[in-house]
Amino acid sequence: MIFPKFFIFISFSLLSAQTVPSLSYAELKPLLNQSDDKVHVVNFWATWCAPCIKELPYFEALNKRKNIEVLLVSLDFPKHKQSRLLPFISKNKLQSKVVLLDDVDENYWINDINANWSGAIPATLIYNSQKRDFYERSFTKNELLNLVESFNP
Amino acid sequence: MKSILILFSSLLFLTHNHGYKIGDVATDFSLPNVDAKMVSLAYYDQAIGFIVIFTCNTCPYSIAYEDRINALDAQYKPKGYPVIAINPNDPAAKDGEHLTDMKQRALKKGFTFPYLQDKGQHIYPKYGATRTPHVFILEKQEKGNVVQYIGAIDDSSRSPEKVSKRYVEDAVNALLSGQKPKVNTTKAIGCSIKTL
Repeated sequence: MIFPKFFIFISFSLLSAQTVPSLSYAELKPLLNQSDDKVHVVNFWATWCAPCIKELPYFEALNKRKNIEVLLVSLDFPKHKQSRLLPFISKNKLQSKVVLLDDVDENYWINDINANWSGAIPATLIYNSQKRDFYERSFTKNELLNLVESFNP
Repeated sequence: MKSILILFSSLLFLTHNHGYKIGDVATDFSLPNVDAKMVSLAYYDQAIGFIVIFTCNTCPYSIAYEDRINALDAQYKPKGYPVIAINPNDPAAKDGEHLTDMKQRALKKGFTFPYLQDKGQHIYPKYGATRTPHVFILEKQEKGNVVQYIGAIDDSSRSPEKVSKRYVEDAVNALLSGQKPKVNTTKAIGCSIKTL
């Protein structure tokens, strides 16, 4: 009788362990331009960035809402994916989808994501099929909620 | 009248926030160095320009560039373009950014250039620095130190082995040969500047 419980535990662990793809900008771009009926919240962050970590719970809370999809784009060092990024995600039980943007030519993709972005993190892109806005700043919980509200039809 | 005042103050705010553009004359400063002496651009009478880099102690992107910044200073100080590093972070807003921390870092990494504290945080907004690291290349002219390049050191902050475009080297090489930099504005990822 121990075995079924054991297998349930294993499969649950597999489900909850998030795989984090390393993406080139060409691979990331479609995720920043999805046309559906959802509000997409894309946050650029890193595990060592204190203001980023402070606002992560707000993004996690948003991700639980209907019709909102959060994508956390890590700008951690690619060489630290195994040693820092993945342990951080498990430790904090992040549920939002996380990807690692591993692409040189930052000058190209920073401008392509938003011409007004200077490149500093934290930064957040919010869009739906009607509008898109980019914010090079950090948020309080209410500021973020109000902003996302303004994207809801 | 009120609306004119508001318009005027928001215009002021915008100008203030935008910082320098290519061709603007950059302000000089007098800021404390890690050796406790005050440093101004005016002291460098042999220099023909400056590689001013806003960088800091704790941002991993800045740390990843330390060796590359030392290399820039080694390469260009003898040619008249010394590196001047300025830490724009408020030490009250971020641990590890006090002048004493900066001194330790400068010693540990063997910085060959001045590493100044933007005490009071008055200089970085004038330049328009928004992140660390953020580079401004100045060319000394009759009218002052003219901004000739704003942006990134190169195109790959996180993976130095993958660098293919060396923006600062290209820009200074152009200036040394009497040309304007072909690429004079670039971006890189960086850490936001820490304020209270």
